[in-house]
Amino acid sequence: MTLDTTLDPLAGERPKPSPFHPRLEALNVREAWSAWNGYKFAEYYYDVEYEYFCVRNRVATYDISPMQKYEIKGPDAEAMLNRMVTRDVAKIGLNRVGYTLWCTDEGRLIDDGTIFRLGADRFMLTCGSPCGAWLAKSVFGFDDITITDQSDELAALAVQGPTSCAVLKGMGLADVETARPFDIRHFDFRGASLMVSRTGFTGDLGYELWVSPEHALELWDALYDAGEAYGIQPYGEAATNMARLEAGFIMPAMEFNEALKTVRFEHDQTPFELSLDWLVDFRKPHFSGRCALAKEKREGPKYRLTRLDIEGNRPAEGSHIYRNRRCTKQIGYVTSAMWSPAVKANIALAMIEPRFLNGAMWAEIYYEEELRHYNRVARCTSRNKPFWTPARARATPAPDF
Amino acid sequence: MLDAIVIGAGHNGLTNAAYLAKAGLKVVVLEKNDYIGGAAVSRELHEGFTYSNCSYMCSMMRQAIHRDLNLSRHGLILVPYLGTVNFGDGDERLISYHDETAAYLELKRHSPHDADAMHRFQADLTRYSQLIRKTLLRTPPDPARLRPRDISELLFLAKQFRSMGEQQIYEYIRFFTMSAAEFLEDYFENDLIKAAMATPGIIGTALGVYSPGSAYILLHHVMGDVDGNIGAWGLARGGMGAISEAIAGAVREHGGEIRTEAGVRQVLVKNRRATGVVLDNGDELSARIVVSNLDAKRTFTRIMDAGDLPDGIREKADNFKIRGSSGKVNIALSALPKFTGVPDNPYVNRGGQAFSGSMETLERAYDCWKRGRWSDDPFVESVIPSAWDPTVAPPGQHWMSNFIQYCPPQLADGPWTPEKRDRFGQTVIDKIARYSPGFKDLIVHMEVRTPHEIEQEIGLTEGNIFQGELTLDQLFFNRPFPGYGQYRMPVRNLYMCGSSTHPGGGVSATCGANAAREILMDLRRPNSVPEDDFFDE
Repeated sequence: MTLDTTLDPLAGERPKPSPFHPRLEALNVREAWSAWNGYKFAEYYYDVEYEYFCVRNRVATYDISPMQKYEIKGPDAEAMLNRMVTRDVAKIGLNRVGYTLWCTDEGRLIDDGTIFRLGADRFMLTCGSPCGAWLAKSVFGFDDITITDQSDELAALAVQGPTSCAVLKGMGLADVETARPFDIRHFDFRGASLMVSRTGFTGDLGYELWVSPEHALELWDALYDAGEAYGIQPYGEAATNMARLEAGFIMPAMEFNEALKTVRFEHDQTPFELSLDWLVDFRKPHFSGRCALAKEKREGPKYRLTRLDIEGNRPAEGSHIYRNRRCTKQIGYVTSAMWSPAVKANIALAMIEPRFLNGAMWAEIYYEEELRHYNRVARCTSRNKPFWTPARARATPAPDF
Repeated sequence: MLDAIVIGAGHNGLTNAAYLAKAGLKVVVLEKNDYIGGAAVSRELHEGFTYSNCSYMCSMMRQAIHRDLNLSRHGLILVPYLGTVNFGDGDERLISYHDETAAYLELKRHSPHDADAMHRFQADLTRYSQLIRKTLLRTPPDPARLRPRDISELLFLAKQFRSMGEQQIYEYIRFFTMSAAEFLEDYFENDLIKAAMATPGIIGTALGVYSPGSAYILLHHVMGDVDGNIGAWGLARGGMGAISEAIAGAVREHGGEIRTEAGVRQVLVKNRRATGVVLDNGDELSARIVVSNLDAKRTFTRIMDAGDLPDGIREKADNFKIRGSSGKVNIALSALPKFTGVPDNPYVNRGGQAFSGSMETLERAYDCWKRGRWSDDPFVESVIPSAWDPTVAPPGQHWMSNFIQYCPPQLADGPWTPEKRDRFGQTVIDKIARYSPGFKDLIVHMEVRTPHEIEQEIGLTEGNIFQGELTLDQLFFNRPFPGYGQYRMPVRNLYMCGSSTHPGGGVSATCGANAAREILMDLRRPNSVPEDDFFDE
């Protein structure tokens, strides 16, 4: 594809608009844009905390069109995916979604994503970063399979928050409340096919809507008409990051460095280091990284991703974690940290050396007040449950708020 | 036998009980109504609409307590709300935009001078707030008794004062005796802006914007925070009752008991020690200690026998300044009201509406109160919680909380009657409708509460929302009375834990927590009450 720079010499510098862009642009009053996979993408629209509270208290939408989407179909599709990813794809039923990981032969995490089973031999794989080259490698030895990058052919919008189900019902999506978590439903939306999955990245009640780009704006308008009475609001990457941290979900470039992009030895991570043991299924036949992961499981990982509740309210961003208050023996490091307005706790995810997990943990926190820099040492307590797990996120039928 | 009886299941009584129960004491909370929460309640008075029919916003709730009692796990979420519009006497509007630049431009539209001055105003208020916030979760020192603990507390305060610098110490002391108007005069020239900034100085108090002491009330209303954003206000999801219910959850989690429809007729005193209570139904309950969450006047004049009190206490209680001055009108609406001169901007047209008018309008409303009338043009502070909280009204419909300053506790022309109450309500609707022409057609249901209703139902004397005026003579170690600022009352084993004690009114849970700390000390139990974390300021 050639880029026409005659009219706009800077065209090569500009990110491209997402299918929802005309609506997003009107609502992004702060002009707070970043980019994701080549698409112009909002950091926030109005105010990060406001958007966060829309997710936790009402309903909000997140443009996930820039996510990578691959259609994988053919008689070999299931076997190919099963050799690529760590969990057993055969166990993902029709019209169900499974969260999964895929690793290098050394058991280092390449990326995480979701597999949608749309037929006996038809799947959709979604992930945050392009993985076409890795898919091409993973196909080796499988003949009866086609992989299509649908990233630009499918618009996607996450609708998250306690009243998300009520809004979808109001939009005319019959019986959507009976969808269980990770269920997929198909609707006819004004002649177009609309796929709705009860999935999301917020840890709350929520859905993701998938539609062809030419119907994106029509879908947006219908959703926002139905959501008007519920105060529907778009949210950006910053609020997403808050919600996912409360839910304990991992984020690339925060909790893990994608293995294929990692330069330094073991500066990438393994599923066990990320405490995602439940996603590695050794009962199925060979898959990429199996031997290395089996060995790691026997010998124990070097780190464990741990949820920390930290005293005070200064986020422990970038902090080292120590065994002692004097901060002489380092035992880990913080990957993400924030003050959680919903939980009223100073929370963090941190990589901790497993043998120190049961002992005292201290975070050295640096902060700034009116151009002066300060630090304090704060006690950390590990938590074995996600910080945010409302019952409505699991309830079926889904409640109205 | 019970360890402790707490009289009144308002949020401070519940907080007190939660901490006593958490320390292992056997506690029962007695509530006269058939619901808990006192003035922090959610009530469905019309089907589908849940009013926070007394207190309606929250900014003083201490994070340390919220976190320590796990109130989030007990269902509490505080959602900050944004965007207040101040309505002038005529067509002028002052919009408080959340964004700093937008807010600056809006002020500049009214007065370039005041737009600049706002930065200094905010910095000064924040500095004063930070100082006072440090005293909230602490027991005031007694400057006359000077026991070691009093001395160390005084030293703590001296240190905090000194850290502000000499000039600010003088300024700060002035604050307690100045009027809101005098304080604002130093910053602003525009009357609309002054009136908008002055209203926190009169809310809940029988003072006017020109009355000495109202500057402190202003500070009291802006020193709170939501998640560290000083001056921000939040709404409790599910209404203010969600706060009380969450604290009640903590009481029960720790084995405490809460009994409703169990009004206390009398505190029993033997040998100058409180020994228990007699309930309205005649039942007697004994306990090692009795804690009153009622206001000071009600405690010492209604449920205690004058003969059980040391000399002078009854007089102090009689003279305790607890003047009713506020009304509340809760309105269910079939749609979101529209206001003239306010853009159709969802970030500002569904936050708060402050019908603050001008400094003169505010003062004239106070003049009416002094004469035992309500003003035809009262100050009304409104907020539409349903625009933020999907749980309190049907989708697309709303409820509007309207707080009115002033409303007299007794009228010059005789006692309150339902007819007069409704006329008061009509005055409020008329005022709102001046700015929202279609407003009256949207009304589905309304509840009008004058000081009379608030006293009858909640038990706050004269309907005073702070359980006593927040003036220097009744603040800090003088609250409720000089010499009794440390939660222990003149009868042994009797304590107070309501807003009549330091640090005063507001849904902060501090009074109840501070009282619990003192009680645990007296009972030689380890302290389980958290202190604020000053690193966080």
